[in-house]
Amino acid sequence: MFSGRLNLIDRPLSKGKSEVSLSAFSFLFSEMVQYSQTQVSNIGELERRLEDAGYSIGLRLLEMLCFRERNSKREIKLLDALKFVHSTVWKYLFGRQARDLEQSNAADDEYMISDSDLFVNKFISVPKDMGQLNCAAFVAGIVRGVLDSAGFPARVTAHFVPVPGQPRPKTTILMKFDASVLQRDSALPSG
Amino acid sequence: METINSEIFTLMYGSIVRQLITDLEDITEVNKQLDTMGYNIGVRLIDEFLAKSRTAACTDFRDSTEKVAKVGFRMFLNTTANVTNWNPEGTECSLVLEDNPLTDFVELPEGCSKLKYCNVLCGVIRGALEMVNVQVECDFAKDTLRGDELNEIRLKLISEGTEAYPFKDDD
Repeated sequence: MFSGRLNLIDRPLSKGKSEVSLSAFSFLFSEMVQYSQTQVSNIGELERRLEDAGYSIGLRLLEMLCFRERNSKREIKLLDALKFVHSTVWKYLFGRQARDLEQSNAADDEYMISDSDLFVNKFISVPKDMGQLNCAAFVAGIVRGVLDSAGFPARVTAHFVPVPGQPRPKTTILMKFDASVLQRDSALPSG
Repeated sequence: METINSEIFTLMYGSIVRQLITDLEDITEVNKQLDTMGYNIGVRLIDEFLAKSRTAACTDFRDSTEKVAKVGFRMFLNTTANVTNWNPEGTECSLVLEDNPLTDFVELPEGCSKLKYCNVLCGVIRGALEMVNVQVECDFAKDTLRGDELNEIRLKLISEGTEAYPFKDDD
């Protein structure tokens, strides 16, 4: 578009090691939540909006992370894709792996990633009248975006789960996969 | 200070701008909304700046702009700006950003040429300075996304209030 300046995709991809302060992120995140609040009429819609914002990020993240960390190799097995989210994506976002990755015992198609103190919730206290709002819906959106563009469509939601003996609840990201994903996965040879 | 990966910050900002463009449809409105968001941030951010930067009170407008450029940008965005282009009266100057983390991965599509993508920064500066009694006008004058050579924020001093208690002791 502009002559003399290299097109974005013709320029080398940065190493991605630079950092900004967490406050800068939190201020901006708070503005996003506040703005979203003016556009919705209930908590469900608000979470939906945060999730959508995250979704568009997740779509882009998968491509970049695969390119940068995996030599453009992608996972095709469900469990490997989940491990990718649990380790690589989490490390990229939060600087460490997620605490737990579990399969729900109630349903085969549900998996959960749990973690305490996600930075998006660090400076957020949810007012009483907002009930179950969890701003980690944004992270859920990122996860959904990553999974979706990897070919594992899923419904992803974020929930607070109280932990016995801890003052703060942990956040669980619940992923319910599309039936087609499980069908395909069982058709693939294992190993 | 705690830090996070700058890319996730960049990507989130991008998704905010995209959402605004979808919601508001008019680019001028988007610029305005970004400025308002920045202003809200600036009003709150100044507290953290004053609490953590350990700088002394500024003596004049020149001093304030240097602090914004060298300390403020370093503290929050991990970059710095240079203050140049002063007018003879010393009331207008330019902040030239060395590196702008907001614009990584960004390219403006056609039809968005009026978009001041980083307008949020102007709002932040305006809001933060207002809280220390310095009223400024702030405009994103040059933008590499729009084909300029550099990122330049033009600052214009409107008024500089003296610090005074809002009440008297004997009231």
